[in-house]
Amino acid sequence: MRTPRLPRALSGLRVRLVVAFALVAAVATVTTGALTFREARTGILQQSQDTVIDGFRDRVDALVPNYRFPPARSDLQSFATDVASGRRSQNWRVLAVYRDLSATSAPGDAFEELSPEMRDSVRSRRATVFQRVSRDGRSALVVGMPVTFADATATSRDASGLEVYLTVPQGEEQGYVDALVTAAQRATVPALGLAVLLALLAARQVLRPVRALRRATRDIAEGRLDTRLTVRGSDELAELSRSFNETAAALEESVAELRRMEAGARRFAADVSHELRTPLAAMSAVTDVLDEDAARLDGDTAMAVRLISEETTKLAGLVDDLMEISRFDAGAAALHLNDIDLAESVRRTLASRGWADTVETRLPEPGALRGRADPRRLDVVVANLVANAFRHGAPPVRLRLHEHERNPTDATGRQAVIEVADSGKGIPDSVLPHVFDRFYKSDTARTRSEGSGLGLAITAENVRLHGGTVRAANRPGGGAVFTVVLPLRHDDAEAEHDDAHAEHDLARKDLP
Amino acid sequence: MPRVLIIEDDRAVREGLRLALRRQGHEVAAAATGEDGLEQLRSFRPDAVILDLMLPGMPGLEVCRRIRTHEQVPIIMATARGDDADVVVGLEAGADDYVVKPVRARVLDARVRAVLRRAGGPPVGHGAPRTEHYGDLAVDRAGLTVTHRGTPVALAPSELRLLLTLSASPGQVFSRQQLLEAVWEHSYHGDARLVDACVKRLRAKLGESSERPRYVHTVRGFGYRFGVRHETRSEVR
Repeated sequence: MRTPRLPRALSGLRVRLVVAFALVAAVATVTTGALTFREARTGILQQSQDTVIDGFRDRVDALVPNYRFPPARSDLQSFATDVASGRRSQNWRVLAVYRDLSATSAPGDAFEELSPEMRDSVRSRRATVFQRVSRDGRSALVVGMPVTFADATATSRDASGLEVYLTVPQGEEQGYVDALVTAAQRATVPALGLAVLLALLAARQVLRPVRALRRATRDIAEGRLDTRLTVRGSDELAELSRSFNETAAALEESVAELRRMEAGARRFAADVSHELRTPLAAMSAVTDVLDEDAARLDGDTAMAVRLISEETTKLAGLVDDLMEISRFDAGAAALHLNDIDLAESVRRTLASRGWADTVETRLPEPGALRGRADPRRLDVVVANLVANAFRHGAPPVRLRLHEHERNPTDATGRQAVIEVADSGKGIPDSVLPHVFDRFYKSDTARTRSEGSGLGLAITAENVRLHGGTVRAANRPGGGAVFTVVLPLRHDDAEAEHDDAHAEHDLARKDLP
Repeated sequence: MPRVLIIEDDRAVREGLRLALRRQGHEVAAAATGEDGLEQLRSFRPDAVILDLMLPGMPGLEVCRRIRTHEQVPIIMATARGDDADVVVGLEAGADDYVVKPVRARVLDARVRAVLRRAGGPPVGHGAPRTEHYGDLAVDRAGLTVTHRGTPVALAPSELRLLLTLSASPGQVFSRQQLLEAVWEHSYHGDARLVDACVKRLRAKLGESSERPRYVHTVRGFGYRFGVRHETRSEVR
């Protein structure tokens, strides 16, 4: 069983290429965007953070000496306000802590951004600490620094116990980052479009040779073995085209060789028949003399003479049939079409062979079924079928000729049907496919039949030459039936006689 | 006793035919080459010639043409079956009939007698001798002579018989099969090319073109019809 397959349009090379290109483009854009975004974000935030921390430290450094130490709560309050006021535009919020005392720049500020861990860190490490926090979708930078004593003589920096914390909202920076993300997103769409476009172009580039290859393969399959591809470039497809050409050339050569051999065999058969003809001509000329004199000879000699005469006649018939088949094989059999009354032709065929009384016929009225056929070939067809019916079937033999009934919309044109049926045992199923083969003997026990063994083959060739069909079958009631269907070309454009065209109209007008 | 000349290169075939035809009651002469045949034609004066187309030296077709330049003696070609082109060329060269080798003596005898009948007595001349005129054509059915514009036309037996058959019923269309039976005494399924080639020869001898024949008209795909087309009338049309 075959696995279900995608519709051709979806599994095509073009679609697959487009999808692949789009995927690559998408992955590339997103990756680049993500990396750029990360770098830019870090850069922007780092810079703003440095600026904030530096500014904060400067501010604290500048303001601390103005306050007494240890500070009172009011001092802390004003200190925080002072520090914050320096960068009001940036919405600084400042928390100053000294031991248990604390004050914020904005009254009642809970300073929720400040985590206990950060406070511990500032207190223990005595260094500036910062943390980026995000609350309710808004990010902010929290900076904490302990204030130390800076003494000219002192080598160590002692903690004063005063800690200052700053919270700066980073909405603006977030804005930049958002803009970056948006930009990356916007870049992705055109990039994808471009990728699809490139994919289509690439697909075309790839598909053109592929399509040429497909066309060429089909041509070869249809028998045009001289089909070759033009090889352009040196890529894989060019390689493929080149190997295709080599294969085609090899195939053409083998076929030509086979045809040569077959033609040789056929020519041999034709030549042999031809060569047999001259001695046969001499023998045939005197068979009538032998027949006449046989009556006057004594028993054995008479029998021998009659045998020679009979077999000479058969041999002549066989050679005749062989020549006829050779002509079909060589394509030299010509069709001489004539407008004839088919019923009359059949009647004449039967009468000339003495079958007029032994074959039951059902023929159309004279003149009712006219058509263009080769009378001599039609004669051979009918005679061979009837002879075959008598030879291999049993009487009564029936012949029926009629026009094929068909629906009027059928464009095949009129057809004549000739049926020859016998009342014998019919044709065994194993023989049926071979009845039109040359020298096929249905009865293996009988090595030689009365006919040449070519009669039905010649019949089939003659029918085919007319563009018709012949088939053999068994009737339900017993007996074989051969059915010939002939197209009834009626005085159509083709005229086999050179002078026919010019005179036709004139001849009609002249008719009384 | 009819006199038959056989021109055939193969000795066995020649002897076989000579023997067989003699048994059928003919006086037979035989020649092995075309040259010898032409020679015997003058000395033997045969009533009919059986001519093999495949001859060494002068080809059969050439022999046929040479005979026809002076003589209207019936010629039967003996051909190898399948040499279709040869048959047509031979018929156009002036042969009256042909047989396919190998041929039985009885068949050949029948053909010989048929051509002799064609060349002999009047086919429809059971009435008083009379001459019929069709345009410039005068046909004497009793004397078996044809004159065109006052000049006698030398017609081979088949050509004469064809013209007589067609002109007996002017205007009637004859199928090729009818003409084969009436003129050549062949069967209904005979070779229609005999008729076509003979019409061609007849037209050539009457000096008419096949495009616009005056006397023998083609009924396309069917056969032929005799009728006089007057040139003035045809111009009006």
